[in-house]
Amino acid sequence: MISRGPRLITWQLGVLAEIVQETPRVSSLYFDAPDWPGHLAGQHVDVRLTADDGYQAERSYSIASAPEDRRLALTVERLDDGEVSPYLVGELRVGDKLELRGPIGGYFVWRGEEERPLLLIGGGSGVVPLMSMLRHRSHVARKAPARLLFSSRTLADVIYHAELEHLSSADGGLRVFHTLTREKPAGWTGYTRRIDEAMVKEVVWPTQDMVDVFVCGPTSFVEAAASLLVAMGYDPRAVKTERFGATGG
Amino acid sequence: MQEMKLDGNAIGGLLREIFTVEMTAARGTCASCGAVNELGRVQVYLHAPGTVVRCPDCEQVLMKIVRSGGRYWVDLTGTRCLEFGEG
Repeated sequence: MISRGPRLITWQLGVLAEIVQETPRVSSLYFDAPDWPGHLAGQHVDVRLTADDGYQAERSYSIASAPEDRRLALTVERLDDGEVSPYLVGELRVGDKLELRGPIGGYFVWRGEEERPLLLIGGGSGVVPLMSMLRHRSHVARKAPARLLFSSRTLADVIYHAELEHLSSADGGLRVFHTLTREKPAGWTGYTRRIDEAMVKEVVWPTQDMVDVFVCGPTSFVEAAASLLVAMGYDPRAVKTERFGATGG
Repeated sequence: MQEMKLDGNAIGGLLREIFTVEMTAARGTCASCGAVNELGRVQVYLHAPGTVVRCPDCEQVLMKIVRSGGRYWVDLTGTRCLEFGEG
């Protein structure tokens, strides 16, 4: 009998098909990956680089594309002292091949099968897996109400700004709230501070029952946001979190 | 400044190599405090020699994993039980 049991996770090659610069430091990389088995919104991929001397570096990146999208998209922030991200954002060219494996993860995943409200809180490039969820949501027929609270440093650092405007203007069920932590541009109507209790209370649903919550960003951001939600009565185990920051880029 | 503390999502690939199935949604029971957490929620430190996994409730070590020279060392002293799907 053939079972659907364990199988080894293997590396495969993706071919870079398109680069979209999102902000001065962040680019989206669109790959053609013929052997890609598909993914769920919120999952990630491991990327492996091998130097001429055989030294290998692996990093994990969230998938930005929806499961429905034709190409696999990663959105990568260039960290100047990183080992991998300066290669991905800056050196990798259209047509180049990259070793990938995945999809990985089953905890920080939104399937979009239910109509429970969806609450997303992202800091910086922590918005990437949340964007995969919103892109997936735009494809499903019965859309759960959704809110995104997105913290960026400056207006120029807001990843997916135009697409988020487009998604929320076309869909009354989606509301996007921005906050900028290092800039107060003229005419800006969003928040201009770090996320705090008053902001969270204005943005989130007061009834914490039956809300799917995903928080992603740097560790300190994630822990601050999760603590605010728990203080409002959200069950800590219902607040799904994903931290990044220590893997060296 | 880079932050040292991550969570179990960061080692989804490593756990998948060892256990061959998706493990971030697996539930682990802490041998110290008895808390049950999905592995996506646990604390992960990658900058120790190898990977150190700690309980998010009591911060005791749940697992230590070292991968080197084509071999794995997996210390599960701090984990009383792991529950996960067949994959």
